[in-house]
This record gives sequence, C-alpha cells and structure tokens, in this order.
Amino acid sequence: MGKDVLIDMRHITKRFPGVVANDQVTFKVQAGEVHALLGENGAGKSTLMSILSGLYRPDEGEIVIRGKRVTLKSPRSAIDHGIGMIHQHFKLITPFTVAENIALGSLDQSFKLDMKKIEQKVAEFSQKFGLHVDPQAKIWQLSIGEQQRVEIIKVLYQGADILILDEPTAVLTPQEVEELFVTVRKMAKEGKAVVIITHKLHEVMNISDRITILRKGKTIRTVAKGEVDTQELTQMMLNREVKTEIHRKPVPKGKAVLTLDKVSALGDKGLKALDDVSLTVREGEILGIAGVAGNGQRELTEVITGLRMATSGKVLIDDQDMTNQSPRMIIDAGVSHVPEDRMGMGLIPNMDVTNNIILKDYRRGSLGKGLLLPLNKAREMAENIVRNFDVKTPSVDTPVRLLSGGNLQKLLLAREIAENPRLIVTSYPIRGLDVGATESIYNLLLHQREQGRAILLIAEDLDTIMKISDRVAVLFKGKVMGLEDTDQATIDDVGAMMLGESPLEGREA
Amino acid sequence: MKNNERTRKNIIIEKRASVSPIITISITLISIVMALIFVSVFLFAKGYHPVEIYQMMFTRAFISKYGLTETVIKAIPLMLAGLGISIAFRMLLWNIGAEGQIYMGAFAASGIALAFPDLPRIVLLPAMLLAGFVMGGLWALVAAIPRALWKVNETITTLMLNYIAILWVSYLVFGPWKDPQGFNFPLTREFSEGAAYPLLFGTRVHFGIIIALLVALVLYVVLNYTRWGYEIRVIGESESAARYAGMNVMRNILLVMFLSGGLAGMAGMGEVAGVAHRLQAGVSPGYGYTAIIVAWLGKLNPWVIVLIAFLFGGLTVGASAVQSVGLPAATSVMIQGAILFFVLGADIFMRYRISFNRKREEG
Ligand SMILES: Nc1ncnc2c1ncn2[C@@H]1O[C@H](COP(=O)(O)OP(=O)(O)OP(=O)(O)O)[C@@H](O)[C@H]1O
Ligand SMILES: [Mg+2]
Repeated sequence: MGKDVLIDMRHITKRFPGVVANDQVTFKVQAGEVHALLGENGAGKSTLMSILSGLYRPDEGEIVIRGKRVTLKSPRSAIDHGIGMIHQHFKLITPFTVAENIALGSLDQSFKLDMKKIEQKVAEFSQKFGLHVDPQAKIWQLSIGEQQRVEIIKVLYQGADILILDEPTAVLTPQEVEELFVTVRKMAKEGKAVVIITHKLHEVMNISDRITILRKGKTIRTVAKGEVDTQELTQMMLNREVKTEIHRKPVPKGKAVLTLDKVSALGDKGLKALDDVSLTVREGEILGIAGVAGNGQRELTEVITGLRMATSGKVLIDDQDMTNQSPRMIIDAGVSHVPEDRMGMGLIPNMDVTNNIILKDYRRGSLGKGLLLPLNKAREMAENIVRNFDVKTPSVDTPVRLLSGGNLQKLLLAREIAENPRLIVTSYPIRGLDVGATESIYNLLLHQREQGRAILLIAEDLDTIMKISDRVAVLFKGKVMGLEDTDQATIDDVGAMMLGESPLEGREA
Repeated sequence: MKNNERTRKNIIIEKRASVSPIITISITLISIVMALIFVSVFLFAKGYHPVEIYQMMFTRAFISKYGLTETVIKAIPLMLAGLGISIAFRMLLWNIGAEGQIYMGAFAASGIALAFPDLPRIVLLPAMLLAGFVMGGLWALVAAIPRALWKVNETITTLMLNYIAILWVSYLVFGPWKDPQGFNFPLTREFSEGAAYPLLFGTRVHFGIIIALLVALVLYVVLNYTRWGYEIRVIGESESAARYAGMNVMRNILLVMFLSGGLAGMAGMGEVAGVAHRLQAGVSPGYGYTAIIVAWLGKLNPWVIVLIAFLFGGLTVGASAVQSVGLPAATSVMIQGAILFFVLGADIFMRYRISFNRKREEG
C-alpha cells in the first residue's frame, strides 16, 4: 500500500455570487485509497471536486499534485495530471455509441477515430476492473449503470489514475452499487486513488478507507474509517443529531384515486416494458413500487402521466378514463409528477428558479388570468416556495443548473407538491439528498398522505419503501409480482420478489 | 511501473462553463471589425484605400438624406423577415426559407391587388397584408408539417421551397400575369393607387416601416410577457420538459413556423405595395438570406434585430455608392459574408475554449 500523497489541496476558497462554496478547505488523497467526501447538500463537495478536475478555478489556495504545485486551467489539464471526474449528471452524447463517446473525450491531433484501439481498451478495462459494456451500443440504449461505466472507462482511457465519483451510487440499483464497488476496489488495488461522494453512510463505511467531512464549505476533519461510526459522522456533518424516526400515523383510506387495469406498454427499445399491470392507489395512501431499476418503473410513471402510450389496458384517475390522454389533461386532473430525469425533464437547467417554478402553473390559478403573464406574481410564488421548502439558492433569478444536486431535487419536489395535487407520482424522491433533507422529504410525503393525497412512490431502497409506504408492489420485468401491506410483508419477501420469485414460492423456499 | 511516454501536440476544445454578456457583445463587435479588416485586404489588393471606401459607404448610407431613405427602405424587409426567422430560431427551428416566403407573400398580395384594383385603400391594403402573411405562413407550413410529424429536417425543406417560390413568381410574371402593355418585360400591371403603401415624411420611405416596428414591439411583448412566449422559450430549451409540463409541442412548431413565414410574407407584401407597385421576378434581391444573418446577429432580441437590419440596409446602400469608383455592388454581399463568417467563428470561441498543449500519453 503506497502512502504517497497524490493530491494535496491547501486552503482552497471558492466564492460564487452570494455564497462561499469552499472556505479554506484542505484535502489530501493518497495513492491506493478510497476517500469518501461527506457533507450536507450544498456543503461544497461538488465544487471542491470541480476545482480538482479543472472545471472551476479556486479564488485562493493551491493544489499540489505528486509533490508539484500545479494550476489546473481546464478539465483537460486535470486529465493531463491524471485526474478524471465522473459528474453527478452524465455528459455523454446519447445518439452516439460508447466507442464514439470515448473517442470524443480524447481527440488528438490526427482527428481520426482509431476504433480498433478503443474497443481493445474497453475490453481490457472490462476485464481488469469489471467494467462490462458493449462498445457498439448507443448511449440511449444503455441503463444508467452502464452509462456510468462508460463515463468511468472514458476517464480511464484518458489515462486518469485519480478518479472522482460525484454521487455515483445515487442512480444505481443495489446490485449495480455492488458492481461499482468491486470496480472501485480493483482500481484502488492497482494503486489508483478514488474519491467518492455519497450521502449514504453505510456505503461510506463499506467502501472508503478515509473520510473527509465538509460542513458549510469548511473542512471539519479527515478520519480513518475505523475511528468513527455513522452517528459520529452525522454529528460532524450536521452539527446536530438526526433522529430518523418516521411516524406513519394511521390515516383512513378514501376512494381510489389511481387505478391501473391490465396496462401494457412498450419501452424505448420497442420491447414490452409493462405487462398487464393492475394497481390501485387510494386517498391517504402511499403505494411503494419496489424493484430493480429498469423493470418498468419509468414506463409506469410515464404511462400514468400521459408521456407514454399504453398499448392496452386502462388508466383511471378519480374514476375518469385517462388512458392515453394528453399530459395536460392528466396534469389538470391533479396528477403531479417528479420524474427520474430531473435535469432533462423535470427542470430546465438554463432557466432561472422562477421560470422553473411556474413550469406547470403558468397557465392556471393566479398566473393563468389576464393577457400577460404576471411576472411579479410568478416571482412571489417562487420566493414562497423557496422559503417554505428551504431550497438553498442565491436568488430566484439564479439558473437552476447552478444549484447543488440536493437543492435541485428539493425545488422539483416542492413545485410538484405545492400544486395541491390529487395524486403524486414520484420517482426516487430522496436520491442525492443528505440525511437531514431525506428526513424532511419523508415528512413532506407523509404529510401529503395525511392530507388525503394518493402517492405512488418509486424507490430502489427497500428500507425507504417499507418505512413510509402503506403497501408495496414489486415490479419485475414489467409485471407486478406481488402486492402486500408493508405491515405484513418482510424485507426479505419483497427482496425475493424483486428477483422474480412470486410471493408464494418465496415463502416456501 | 514504467510508462512509455510520448508527447504529442493536441488541439483541445472545451465547452466554457458560462458566457458573460460582456464577452458576447465584445466578441461580436471584434468580429465585425475583423470582417472589415478582412475585406480591406481585398480592397487594398484591388488598389483602393480601404478607409476611404468605408468612409464613402458610411456617408452614402447614413449621412445623406437620399441614402438614409434608401437604407430604411432596404431595412424594412430585413426587419420583418429577420424577426420572423428569429422566433423560429428561438425554438431551434432553422427556417432558411424566408426568401421563398417573401416571394409567396408578394405573390399573394399582388394577386389581391390585381384582382380588386378598385377597392379603397383602407380595405385593399389590409387585405393584401393579410394575404401576404397567410401565404408566407402557409409556405413555411409546407416544411413545418413534415418536421412536426416525422422530424423531417426543416433546414433543407425550407431552403428547397425557396427555389419553387422564386420560379413560381417568374412563371407568373413571364406568363399569365404579364402586363400586356409592358413591352414584354417580366412584370405585372402596375397596381392601382389603393394598393400602394402611403409614403412618409415626404420621402420614399413607405408605411412598411411602421408595420415592421409594430411587429417588433408586439413580438417583444409576446415573447417576454405572455404565456405563449413562455411556452416558446421552454420548448426552445427543452422539448421533453415542455412535453412533461403539458405543452403541445407539435402545435407550437406549426404555429411558430406559420408566424415565421407569415412575417416574411409581410415583407414580400411591403416590397410590392411600398416599392415596386407591381410583381416582378426579382422582388427580393436576397433579403431572405440576409435576414438570416440579421436574425443570427440580433440573437433573440427584437430591438437588436431592428437595429442590425438597419445597419445591413445601410451596408447594401453604401455598397452601391462605391460602384462609382469601379467596385461592384456585390461588395456588400462580400462584407455581409465576411461578417457572418467571423461572427459564426467567434461563436465557437464564445462557447468553447480552444487551446494547444502537449499531452502526456501512455503507449
Ligand atoms: N456555478 C455556480 N454558481 C453559483 N453558485 C454555485 C455554483 N456552483 C455551486 N454553487 C453554490 O455553491 C454551494 C455549494 O454547491 P455544491 O454543488 O458544491 O454542493 P454539494 O456539496 O455538492 O451539494 P449536493 O450534495 O446537494 O450535491 C451551493 O450553495 C450552490 O448553490
Ligand atoms: Mg453535489
């Protein structure tokens, strides 16, 4: 195990209009280690890593790499020093193939694509680090986990030996996380250094060798994993205790708000993604959808919200037939939707907070009246939502692409809840949220439930689902494997169903 | 471990994180100056003093009353077509067909003027304007419908439709609509009094300028302060977010293209009603193409488009002045081309950082 310090960031300060994202931060990474970077939403983790990967320049401080002081002018110069970053939001070009994307990341003078060489390298990496992916596949055909592998291969291909992974596990299934960790361990063994950002403490305890905690832009401490437990980590991160106790009060269930009757639909690749799905969600009820990602969850939410055609079956909302109605009709029927793809669908990264808040409300309520769009009312509305839901943003005129990952998430959820919907369809609502924010989102959803709203919750994390849903349904290959009350089912039952075992077989085994 | 290190020169292209408006404006200005310098090399090679030539152009276009009048007259179609093109740009629809839409607008307006010569002006002119608008819009729809339904690339279809429109007007003025008393020139009859735009300020500047400015004002308000304008902005940024929010993307593609073509059609109407008073083969000497440059330079602000249209009108007029010293009128086309070239080039510098460096490579 090499103990040589690869990276030494000293007294790094980075200011953005209205915030000091990094304040005299010190951060060291050794060869062969997995180093976790921990902190609340907006603590400055991504900013620090963007500085290290040449995306931002620090206002103050110095960066020493392998003992030499360097100036990182661009991601390219970071790569030249062996530093590669995989961002929270992928930067792949979706109509292109894996090999082409890798080639794009490393244009050299010849401008010729040496596909042979790339495919050879991809094969080599996949063998060495367990990064399996088909170089010929188009990006849009890949699952999120596979896309992430492409991003990793891309930076490895560019010659990186210091890898920065910004919340890589947020979008992965538990299996994919395990695979990623295998890869990470193999890379560390090869002497590469891996910096990993995650909000999940059990992952931190699982994968990292050392941990650095940031709070409000400042370094709190760097500790070896053995020295701490998760409670101490939370304490350092938040400077307060968090009791993640969730009270699911009994709420009387009302009438059915959403009913799916034998709904089938095709996926993007033209294959059957939903197969005779039947479900009901009632007032005051949270129905959790468990399942390994890619088993029809996205298609399910899209069929309900009118973004995808059902090939057969019926979708009823409040007893009204809404099968294959326009998204607009369905929105007007009171259906809210927090989609999986926040930046591509739920939010418009280049528009400011106000314009994102009014995305659905611009034509109704107090904004829907009069010849002109009342911009000052829109602004007021945005300011209220930002305040009530504690979204951290310099102002409502800030483009949302500048918000931290967790705050984006809150903004989106806040917009969808603020509309007083009948039904909330939400995918992975706590993805990318820190411990405190997770708690407040849970409480928000539970509060909505107490108000009599129906909630369809898609999540990968079984603990979450079992804790806050009333019932759980498992999707496997587009079919509902079983529907159970969370009070009766055990995590093991549900886990088995996620792998395709029908509930009865699961019990017998 | 030993690495075979090779060094290689690399050209590196990276996206900038953000572009400040100051960078945008200064790079635009710099590229215009560069274009003028670039053209002056040619002028110099032909034995002219570039500064004198530019001065001459400027004086003609903006200082003399006659010149200024001409400049405004030429700016009118550029404004209308430029505004039209720019709203399509906003939704990332590349309407290259303004030239054809101008011709079709002129054709429809002329049809009305020739069919109902005796109508009073107050009825006839609005009818012509409406006909020009609708016809230009329909012509754009010919390309917009396949785009909305099957994603057929509108850049190519709008461009191809230009040739059809131009030839259609030629056919009319050489054939069925030719003025029998016109000594066989490819022209229609002259329009009646009622089909002529009133002239303003005792000059040749016609009422079209008022129409163009009104359109700019309306567009400015619509795009920035209305629900529909908001939809357009959202669709331009992200079609999937628009769909998610319940906006009808297909209908908006059709509407915007119709409006885009309609404004170009109004430009065509202005040319026959305000300048030529008849339909002729060369209704537009390429206004539709110049308007693309105007729209691009004006980016998305209607008032900037009005200003740039005025400058480009001046460029054309100025170029006619230098014919007296033996330079071709095409000088203006050359300058326009150079400006577009440099501005487009600068756009790359604005959005990307380009550097050369040596890269360590493991072999
Ligand atoms: N380009 C930018 N311009 C302005 N402010 C920014 C920019 N990038 C980040 N910020 C602000 O800096 C702070 C730190 O953001 P950062 O993205 O580093 O947080 P983070 O620790 O990664 O949070 P999360 O866990 O939510 O992803 C936030 O308040 C954010 O709004
Ligand atoms: Mg972050």
